[in-house]
Amino acid sequence: MQNTKHESYEEVIIAGFGGQGIMLAGKLLAQTAMKAGKEVTYMPSYGAEVRGGTANCMVIIADDSIASPLVDRPDSLIVMNKASLNKFASRLKAGGLLVMNSSLIDTKPQLDDSIEIIAVPADEIAVELGNKKTANMVVLGAYFQKRGILSPDTAAACLPDAIAKRHHKTLPVNTEAIHRGAEFTRDNQ
Amino acid sequence: MCGNEALAEAAIIAGCDAYFGYPITPQNEIPAYMSKRMPEEGRVFVQSESELAAINMVFGASATGKRSMTTSSSPGISLMQEGISYLAGAELPAVMVNVMRGGPGLGNIAPSQGDYFQATRGGGHGDYRTIALGPSTVQELVDCMPLAFDLADQYRMPVIILADGILGQMMEPIVFNKTPRRSLPPKDWALTGAKDREQNIVRSLWLPEGSLEKHNYKLQAKYDQVQKNEVICEQYQVDDAEIVVIAYGVAARIVRSAVNKARKEGIKAGLIRPVTLWPFPTEQIAKAADELNIFLVVEMSMGQMVEDVKLAVAGKTPVLFYGRPGGGIPAVDQLLERIKQLIIPAKKQ
Repeated sequence: MQNTKHESYEEVIIAGFGGQGIMLAGKLLAQTAMKAGKEVTYMPSYGAEVRGGTANCMVIIADDSIASPLVDRPDSLIVMNKASLNKFASRLKAGGLLVMNSSLIDTKPQLDDSIEIIAVPADEIAVELGNKKTANMVVLGAYFQKRGILSPDTAAACLPDAIAKRHHKTLPVNTEAIHRGAEFTRDNQ
Repeated sequence: MCGNEALAEAAIIAGCDAYFGYPITPQNEIPAYMSKRMPEEGRVFVQSESELAAINMVFGASATGKRSMTTSSSPGISLMQEGISYLAGAELPAVMVNVMRGGPGLGNIAPSQGDYFQATRGGGHGDYRTIALGPSTVQELVDCMPLAFDLADQYRMPVIILADGILGQMMEPIVFNKTPRRSLPPKDWALTGAKDREQNIVRSLWLPEGSLEKHNYKLQAKYDQVQKNEVICEQYQVDDAEIVVIAYGVAARIVRSAVNKARKEGIKAGLIRPVTLWPFPTEQIAKAADELNIFLVVEMSMGQMVEDVKLAVAGKTPVLFYGRPGGGIPAVDQLLERIKQLIIPAKKQ
């Protein structure tokens, strides 16, 4: 399952609309990689981001030091809505991984056969958990499970650093969301 | 912690006594962070009414011997130029960070390297220089803060750090306190109250005939010392290289990725990366020009540092240029293609 080619160098783009927690997902991914002893860079789109607009971030995880922090052709793409899928899907590397939020993306994207697609009904799972805003954690959990570079447990351990103190009451539901995303992927392979 | 916040904390650790600034994207995390942390440390934070006010507050605080700084982005730094010229004239230390964005004019908020001329040529009116540092990672940005304060105090001159939107916004793991600190001369010139001593005068106005010329020679002697002692330049895979790319800041990171890719394909590419943009690593590049047939300069502008490279090379070797202005960012694969096209001439015999 684990692709050794990606063990040493993994470029990720996470994208969605503003308010879906794209930046938080990216920061958590970066902190998880740091905790696991990896080199990591995190680069957000910045500026005129508003709720409902588009948001994306780039994360690179590597064993050696990272030169450019920018991602042209990601190994993995995590998309939370259709507009982001349309924008970034063509940039995925051959043999790459697409994790998409099937709650908001109803079509099957036309992609190279070598690209693996994980469709996770993230919004539905998050609603089941009682907090729709944790859909970002669900897709992240799915990503961790599929890629196998970083563990959902390490990510959960990083949550207190990634989430502002005033929101710490949401730590349990966010942790649960990560695990549910991972479980969904494991059960539907 | 993003690059902006990391540099703010590094400035506090470096002993910044006072921060004055006016908000502008993409560096707003700096004043936001400073507004919280400086009062916690019992130090001064002022959000000024304009960039003009901010730089003159820096002047005032610095004249009293305190370590003071301001930060802004390109259009805001333009507004500060008068004050920077006065700081240089009055021989006051100061640290400024320019988190560059696209220009000219208000431009946009995307990362850019269009302010190289402004930072390395003085920027304001009159015959002066500012030390200009061009870090390329968040760690280096953090390491630059104590260095900048020490250089400013040692040479009594403004130091500007040229970052850009990417460096300010991105995150990567860092360690504080890596930079060795210098032992610095006492600030016996500072305005601290003249009771029981002769008065000190901080000024940039020299009216008597010949006095300003003499002052300019003094400044120049200082700048010569800086040029002699303070050049920092990284050479990456240069020794056996057949093509060397010269770039600074974030552009150099993209070049490094292209160099690594080229090496994997068997192309002997290398990178020369000036860390001090002024003083410029003229000697290092001149030396490399003796051995190499071609240089490629890459900038996120239409070509500014390339002029310093050409001055250093002095016609010995062709210098080619590739740049993306206005917030455009060169892609690694585009650079790799350029490198492949240029490899044909190879080394001098």
